[in-house]
Amino acid sequence: MSRLDIERGVVEMAHGSGGRASAQLIESLFIRHLDNAWLRQGDDASLFDVGAGRMVMSTDAHVVSPLFFPGGDIGSLSVHGTINDVAMSGARPLYLSAGFVLEEGFPLAGLDRIVASMARASREADVPVIAGDTKVVERGKGDGVFITTTGIGVVPEGVHISGDRAEAGDMILISGHIGDHGTAILSSREGLEFATAIRSDSAALHELVAEMVNVAPEIHCLRDPTRGGLATTLNELVRQSGVGMQIEEGAIPVRAEVRGACELLGLDPLYIANEGKLICICPAGVAEKVLSVMQAHPLGRDAAIIGKVVEDERQLVTMKTVFGGLRVVDWLAGEQLPRIC
Amino acid sequence: MCLAVPARVESLDRAASTAVVNLDGISKEVSTLLLDDVAVGDYVLIHVGYALERIDPEEAEKTLTMFDELKGVEP
Amino acid sequence: MKYVDEFRDGDKARRLAELIRTEVNPEREYRLMEFCGGHTHAIFRFGIHDLMPENLKYVHGPGCPVCVLPAGRIEAAIELAEAEDIILCTYADLMRVPAGRGDSLNRARARGSDIRMIYSSTDALAIARANPERQVVFFAIGFETTTPPTAAAIQIAEKEGLSNFSVYCNHVLTPPAMRHLLSSGEAHIHGILGPSHVSTIIGSQAYAGCCNDYQVPLVIAGFEPLDVIQSTLMLVRQINEGRFEVENQYSRAVSQTGNRKAQALMQAIFEPRAMFEWRGLGGLPDSAVQIKAAFHAFDAEKRFGMQAIDVADIRGCICPAVLRGVSDPVDCKLFGSICTPEQPKGACMVSSEGACAAQYSYGRYRLGGKSEI
Repeated sequence: MSRLDIERGVVEMAHGSGGRASAQLIESLFIRHLDNAWLRQGDDASLFDVGAGRMVMSTDAHVVSPLFFPGGDIGSLSVHGTINDVAMSGARPLYLSAGFVLEEGFPLAGLDRIVASMARASREADVPVIAGDTKVVERGKGDGVFITTTGIGVVPEGVHISGDRAEAGDMILISGHIGDHGTAILSSREGLEFATAIRSDSAALHELVAEMVNVAPEIHCLRDPTRGGLATTLNELVRQSGVGMQIEEGAIPVRAEVRGACELLGLDPLYIANEGKLICICPAGVAEKVLSVMQAHPLGRDAAIIGKVVEDERQLVTMKTVFGGLRVVDWLAGEQLPRIC
Repeated sequence: MCLAVPARVESLDRAASTAVVNLDGISKEVSTLLLDDVAVGDYVLIHVGYALERIDPEEAEKTLTMFDELKGVEP
Repeated sequence: MKYVDEFRDGDKARRLAELIRTEVNPEREYRLMEFCGGHTHAIFRFGIHDLMPENLKYVHGPGCPVCVLPAGRIEAAIELAEAEDIILCTYADLMRVPAGRGDSLNRARARGSDIRMIYSSTDALAIARANPERQVVFFAIGFETTTPPTAAAIQIAEKEGLSNFSVYCNHVLTPPAMRHLLSSGEAHIHGILGPSHVSTIIGSQAYAGCCNDYQVPLVIAGFEPLDVIQSTLMLVRQINEGRFEVENQYSRAVSQTGNRKAQALMQAIFEPRAMFEWRGLGGLPDSAVQIKAAFHAFDAEKRFGMQAIDVADIRGCICPAVLRGVSDPVDCKLFGSICTPEQPKGACMVSSEGACAAQYSYGRYRLGGKSEI
């Protein structure tokens, strides 16, 4: 059987058949990049020891168009996204699994780039991919590559972080500029193309989280404002905790380019996706301490306190505009699409 | 109605009737079919990928100075 | 952002608002219609009405192109997309607008029709060039601002001989709608915040007759919050002094005569339509444009023999009264209960410029009760 031609080859149905072609793809592409003792073992399941304490598990299916965008690609995104979901419980992420759905005809060179990027992200985060699977669907039945990653982690003693723990009086912090990821994606989307230096903020936040819970184990909620942006995530937390929130428009960090792109397309930065930011809700007494720790970390350099949790039986997120006016910050309705009016 | 934003003209392709405009670091190609005599450095209103009209810097200044009548008004 | 940030200065806004408070006559009411959805959006997004005196009320107008498009026109587009092997291109704003029986372009796309969202009419041309074997129909909507770009696309298509491109024209005209609203008198309007970007095309002189005939002052107002507040002050002064003139606050972009090149292009391609149905306002004579006979090859209504479809409005929906400035969104029984931005029943709940959506998404804190999600 001939060698896998990564340079010129494409994904074929046989690569998902479970036969020799599948084995060859796994060997010469997936394991070559993601190499570790568990994968090399070659069993159907990977074994690892469990320590004491509570474990968390999270899974995320990644579909993104385009697959490659400024600042990342679906490979790095699928690692960061799941690490972050695990980390938002205050946990230290341990292992990942990855399931690939590949479309027949997808260039192997592209797949190679994606898996290499995934391996790099996993190495940098020190969270190995220890299990995986690949299936191939017929041409036209997928969008190139879909990746589902699952992560498990361990929560340190004394940490109880959950979306239902926000209390009136708590402060709301954001770890940096909002809207970078969504803007980078929009800039490379077909039909909308615009040029910008903005890159996706896609990053693994678990080390930042570890430092935060280390100084303030009493943090109440952590969440990464991905799809639906800051606005939708705050609304989720408000609903889970049965509270209200008041934020200050002027305190929310937004880059000029992100504002510019939003003005041009009629979008609102509050609803634009992020992949390397977190929202932290903590008792007012520790807010400054948490903020300093965030600002001392490279991924939280531009962190800011953006508002507070209040009692509100209507469960609204309201925002004081830079004007001194007040407005509701609602859930995202439908999709965030460019407007003409 | 009619979302339109002011952006600065960075370059022009007169043959193709297009311009590249910049809005706080966002560059986009737009059509200049609806405007004569656009010049680099002009600010134009962008709507659905077309430059609709030039912003008149003197008139903008005049509007802003009208706010001067606010001196002495305490909010 | 130059020419944007200067007009969003909160401190100046509060001072201007204070000036308005000192100048309004406490004995009377000021009902100011913001004709455009852009103003509605700005008023709610920046919380402008919180700064205004209680006897000054903004009344929402019909200036939101997706809100005034009758459901039957969308229904006709969906029928076309399902009957013929076409690519239907449209601005994203239209995708969720309710047609009949809870249908929408979004749902038609999910059922398999090839419906594509575009940012510009030039994108529709690009799709037509890239798919020479298929018919590409541009579902065009909008007021005078959005009409010239459609005219430009038809002109380019003709020059290039792009025979697979056509336009489903739904462009409407502002002055006739404004006249209609004022002539009925039912909205009891004391002054009008005039369109900003429509006026860049048609010029400030387009409203002179209207103001004179109905003795209502109009101030062409930019869409930035300071523009809106300053224009409000200008209207208050006109009302106090009994004047009814066209004033131009947005002089940085609007001239007296407008954009002549754009006007000429529109006149070359389009002609007045004898009658056009507006959601909420009914059939209005000479209130829309259609493609001239010389360009019939590019008129989707002609090319595909599209027929008008009559779709009854949702029972209980008061969008028509809201669009005429007669009712407030909160007067509607459906508002916030079965009609929300997530599941809009009426058109005013779809566009973020629609009076109902703006009220629901930004202004709900003023209302009592628990929010629906």
